[in-house]
Amino acid sequence: MTSPLLEVKGLSLHFGGLKAVNEVSFQVWPHEVFALIGPNGAGKTTIFNLISALYRPTAGRVIFEGEAISHLAPHDIARLGVARTFQNIELFEHATVLQNLLVGRHCQRHSSWWQDLLMTPIVRRTELQFRRHAEEVIDFLDLQHYRDSLVVSLPYGVRKVVELGRALAMRPKLLLLDEPSSGLNVEETEDMGFWIEDIQNDLGITVIMVEHDMSLVSRLSDRVLALNQGEVLALGTPAEVQAHRGVIDAYLGGASDA
Amino acid sequence: MRFLFRTRYQQDLRLFKHSGQVFWYGLLTLALLAAPWLFPDYFVSQLVFVLIYSIIGLGLMLLIGYTGQVSMGHAAFLAMGAYSEAYLQKLGWPFLLSLPSAALIAGVTGVVVGLPALRVKGMYLAIATMALGFIVEEGVTRADNITGGNSGITLGSLQVVGIAIDSEAALFYLSLLILALCIIGVMNLLRSPTGRAFVAIRDSEISAQSMGIQLARYKTIAFALSAALAGVAGALYAHKLRFLSPEQFTFLQSIELLIMIVIGGLGSIHGAIFGAAFWILVQQAIVTAKDWLPPEIGQQTGLQPTIFGIFLVATVLFEPMGIYGRWLKIRLFFELFPFYRKGMFKRQKSYLKSERIK
Repeated sequence: MTSPLLEVKGLSLHFGGLKAVNEVSFQVWPHEVFALIGPNGAGKTTIFNLISALYRPTAGRVIFEGEAISHLAPHDIARLGVARTFQNIELFEHATVLQNLLVGRHCQRHSSWWQDLLMTPIVRRTELQFRRHAEEVIDFLDLQHYRDSLVVSLPYGVRKVVELGRALAMRPKLLLLDEPSSGLNVEETEDMGFWIEDIQNDLGITVIMVEHDMSLVSRLSDRVLALNQGEVLALGTPAEVQAHRGVIDAYLGGASDA
Repeated sequence: MRFLFRTRYQQDLRLFKHSGQVFWYGLLTLALLAAPWLFPDYFVSQLVFVLIYSIIGLGLMLLIGYTGQVSMGHAAFLAMGAYSEAYLQKLGWPFLLSLPSAALIAGVTGVVVGLPALRVKGMYLAIATMALGFIVEEGVTRADNITGGNSGITLGSLQVVGIAIDSEAALFYLSLLILALCIIGVMNLLRSPTGRAFVAIRDSEISAQSMGIQLARYKTIAFALSAALAGVAGALYAHKLRFLSPEQFTFLQSIELLIMIVIGGLGSIHGAIFGAAFWILVQQAIVTAKDWLPPEIGQQTGLQPTIFGIFLVATVLFEPMGIYGRWLKIRLFFELFPFYRKGMFKRQKSYLKSERIK
């Protein structure tokens, strides 16, 4: 563990007077599961959007594998090996599960549109390869049953898994999970936990997740960053952060509010 | 009911998924090839229109049905293709050269129109493309040294690699061949990364971006290809009509094209062709009906747009998937007979609407 995979330095995003994210700094090491926690509006998702370049920071930098990436376009970030899921699921609803996963392979294509138009041998070859890759993800997440279903016909819990699968199909170095367990029942949450463990241990992918389920956070994550109103409250192991005075105040309301 | 067992990835890439499809499409091809012998010239002439409108519908479907970008100015691309073909033929270019050139010219225009699509969406894009429609219409009228202006331009007889296309039957076969090639091209696109990128952009721009899809690039490609297909259709249209004038490419026609594919069924290649066939059929029905309708109704100027409007409203209300959606249901009814149930196509309602970044 010589250098961090992702480094966030003094990151700020202000919307007018509102400081959505203010001077946030942290480092994420390879192969770790790093959790972002905090009450609603703390800026967790905003940090995700800053990392995936959907927003431009007001100040500060995001450094991925030693290179600043905050000035890049979102599709370049994907190309570097950062995949993400969304809080409210952003799947391609009128496409099948398989097609969704195949979109995850988009960055690896070697053909341009006119080759696709003519279905040249290279397109055929990469298509077969992509299908093999997608099939690995389907096996990994047990999605065989849903392979050819349209996403729009799937229940919420399955969609959540498909979205995880789509991100995995990119074979990313860094995976950003925005509330992987939200809206899932106890069993599904349990499964999600196992998958995240497998992603870390078997696939060796670094995970940053935003999560509200504290038991899941303490079970999975190596380190936790607690945020409140765009600022860092605490950073450390799950136990340390949970015992932190400021975190308890932010979640339960401080002694002064009571 | 047929179950497809897939044992190889190659099966996913096939154009025909099973032998039944090969059989039915083969039969359809035979029927189409025999049509000029079986039907009178007038009927064949209408079929040519169906084929031509299918090509432009295919292009529009690629753009609207698959990429989710609206165009209300597609008649402009049709005009670009038609006038390019007319002009290039006048210069003595052979058809094999002038047809791709017409497609290219329309395609480049498509790129220009695609530029606003990189910034605006939905209604605003519709207005921007509509503006282009007016610009081209006006441009065609003004550039009378090329287009003949309001007095129009007449096309000479068509020769393709030495074969004279002098009958409805010949033009029918030519159009059929070109349509088949266009369909294969579009199907190739749709089963490859480019097509999936289009669908991704349609369903969620934000996650398309996060999957590494360059929005600007793919929207531009979609506009260019869609316009190029309209250009191809335009070139054939020019030869079909033998005479072009600006009032053939009005805003109203753009709207009709749009209605055509909505009625046909958005998001399917079948929809483009069903839409075209329906469009010509209804047009013919209206022409026939005019004779026996009371003159107060039959001679009304807005009769055709009104009827199309009614069909559009009915489609949106009762069968949002268009004719293709109805076709799927009827087919499933026979496949499952007698087990078809009414609610089979009901989708689970989704109450989750995401907050997208605007």
